[in-house]
Amino acid sequence: MPQDANQVKDHFELFRGEEYTDMLAKKKAEFENPHPAEEVAKVREWAKTEEYKDLNFSREALTINPAKACQPLGAVFAAVGFESTLPFVHGSQGCVAYYRSHFSRHFKEPTSCVSSSMTEDAAVFGGLNNMVDGLANAYNMYKPKMIAVSTTCMAEVIGDDLNAYIKTAKEKESLPQEFDVPFAHTPAFVGSHITGYDNAMKGILEHFWDGKANTVDKMVREPNGKINFLGGFDGYAVGNLREVKRIFDMMKIEYTILGDQSDVWDTPTDGEFRMYDGGTTLEDAANALHAKATISMQQYCTEKTLPFIANHGQETAAFNHPIGVEATDSFIMEVARLAGVEIPDELAKERGRLVDAIADSNAHIHGKKFAIYGDPDLAYGLAKFVMELGGEPVVVLATNGGKAWAAKMQELFDSSPFGANCKAYPGKDLWHMRSLLFTEKPDFLIGNTYGKYLERDTGVPLIRIGFPIFDRHHKHRYPVWGYQGGLNVLVTILDRIFEHMDATTNVPSKTDYSYDIIR
Amino acid sequence: MSLRQIAFYGKGGIGKSTTSQNTLAALADLGQRILIVGCDPKADSTRLMLHAKAQDTILSLAAEAGSVEDLELEDVMKIGYKDIRCVESGGPEPGVGCAGRGVITSINFLEEEGAYDDIDYVSYDVLGDVVCGGFAMPIRENKAQEIYIVMSGEMMAMYAANNISKGILKYANSGGVRLGGLICNERQTDKELELAESLASKLGTSLIHFVPRDNIVQHAELRRMTVIEYAPESNQAAEYRQLAEKIHNNSGNGIIPTPITMDELEDLLMEHGIMSAVDESQVGKAAEVA
Repeated sequence: MPQDANQVKDHFELFRGEEYTDMLAKKKAEFENPHPAEEVAKVREWAKTEEYKDLNFSREALTINPAKACQPLGAVFAAVGFESTLPFVHGSQGCVAYYRSHFSRHFKEPTSCVSSSMTEDAAVFGGLNNMVDGLANAYNMYKPKMIAVSTTCMAEVIGDDLNAYIKTAKEKESLPQEFDVPFAHTPAFVGSHITGYDNAMKGILEHFWDGKANTVDKMVREPNGKINFLGGFDGYAVGNLREVKRIFDMMKIEYTILGDQSDVWDTPTDGEFRMYDGGTTLEDAANALHAKATISMQQYCTEKTLPFIANHGQETAAFNHPIGVEATDSFIMEVARLAGVEIPDELAKERGRLVDAIADSNAHIHGKKFAIYGDPDLAYGLAKFVMELGGEPVVVLATNGGKAWAAKMQELFDSSPFGANCKAYPGKDLWHMRSLLFTEKPDFLIGNTYGKYLERDTGVPLIRIGFPIFDRHHKHRYPVWGYQGGLNVLVTILDRIFEHMDATTNVPSKTDYSYDIIR
Repeated sequence: MSLRQIAFYGKGGIGKSTTSQNTLAALADLGQRILIVGCDPKADSTRLMLHAKAQDTILSLAAEAGSVEDLELEDVMKIGYKDIRCVESGGPEPGVGCAGRGVITSINFLEEEGAYDDIDYVSYDVLGDVVCGGFAMPIRENKAQEIYIVMSGEMMAMYAANNISKGILKYANSGGVRLGGLICNERQTDKELELAESLASKLGTSLIHFVPRDNIVQHAELRRMTVIEYAPESNQAAEYRQLAEKIHNNSGNGIIPTPITMDELEDLLMEHGIMSAVDESQVGKAAEVA
């Protein structure tokens, strides 16, 4: 045995030992029928060419590594932002295991979510019994204040009707008649996690504002001066929402964060397990109807929710994940206008500090070329900030971006000489991105953790910004919104640039004339 | 007037599409603005309106374009007789895929695209039985309020009508869907009218109209026209006009059906002398050769 109980080797060392390297080499030679190394190298080189890129882009029926997740993931994200709310996904267990682990790997916190555990018999006979039993169990075991229901592929293909099922479950006394069970159909094979966020958020507001599925009277709007805030699906929710609250408090605004995940995904370790923590109270969610206006930080996350709110008589404004000076200016000024307040001096100072920091570091970013991928709004916000810093985006890709998004990106590129050589790629995947990294030769790649494979294959250094970030810890605690957030993003970009600079200038007597103490 | 949402259900081949299109053409003559949503993979719910073999369906266009999100309303909606708006959901070839999901996708698309704005009637024409959740989509809450079941005096058509009533019952308690009534499309079986009326009363509803058999319907069909358009002065056109008026005046009169068991259905046939009391010794025996 290669392991010794007194000195257990972990995987870093264990598989490098002779026993394993010999075994793996033998396995390859004798059982894997491998292609010759020269052939593999030849193909690897060919995959870097324009010719291969053209073939890659003519792919029709195959997607490789899409940079998106499915609708229910977004629905669960929206649901946990409400006080003591248990997300309930009508479908099979495996799907829900995925949502829970995906969030937990990113936020390093447990994520509570239940499924109705549909199996083959439910697929044949319909999932009504699963809904009835599941709601009863969830209500009794986990004592939530609200259960937000969404669906997986399976329930959607067989056409389960959530509205009817939930009513039936209440008739069968799974839970009290007046218990809040908003719902949203979130077929996983349509759209992406941002669509699911949108559907679930609209479902929750519709529930409270429009008569709880015809069980009570619709609420009547009595306008007040408050501002509602929708963050959208955001991997930085913990840091961002706290930052937004800090800014709003500083501006002395009365506001409601619709979907506040900042506490439930950052619970303290003090001996008490908190299945639910913080979140928008149900009362606030209902009373959000009376607000003067609603602000969405992510237009493409709220394509149905925002018009729904506008139809109830509120003014609405949408942003595209604003990062940096100009984008934050627009956001802050719009908030000030809607709320009718002055922008406090302290905030203006923060702005000045960000401008100062950008000026200090400008020389290192100016002219650098960036490839960026992420959700449509984040990709927009990052590209805008990169251009503001004097960087030049050359590729901006969003698997879940559409034609309208691509047109909006193009408008952004056209607005500045720094965008002159950039193109937006809607609906493309990370294998497309791989080709583009070889042919467009950017200096840096901005994306989530999955970008590390691209970094390895292409040598383009990865700057980790987005969702999910699994292989670096606690990034979600630091905001990317507000002037402070802009500073964080600036530092993240700069750190990687300097690391790369050090790594490529450190050969003694050869390149170390540039291995400087001062950068 | 608020939007009336109705749906035609019934056994396959019973004449749903013919009956519904003739009735809706008559409603259009009354000045009603109508949208027809064909929920049958065969996509033949609008052919008489459009004088076309079959219209491009939402799902076939979506498959071509990549996804439903890539479609615009005007891509899928055709204008037919008297400005009736026509849409076919379409669906897979027989034997593959899931037609029910197609119905769900199509109806969601139409609602999101605002296809229901500025019309008086939406009519869903749904294939055969309510075989799965997808085919029940039109009877979910806030969709069709009244279901009209097209049937005849044949045993299996009545069986289907009873089954569809079961489907309606499932959704009626939690939602607003009601059975508007039965429409008997004459097959000239024994005691057809009596049977149809009798079944209607068992289900707790009424026979809205008995549409007599008339070959003129076939003549019109061959020209891909409704009788209303082909021969507006004919007796048959008058029958459909009557049916249209009855439906028009039937708003809010729908009921929650009381479906019966298979045994009760057989009893019904016996009551009317169509079937003699079941002599178990005779079951499964071929007719004697004279």
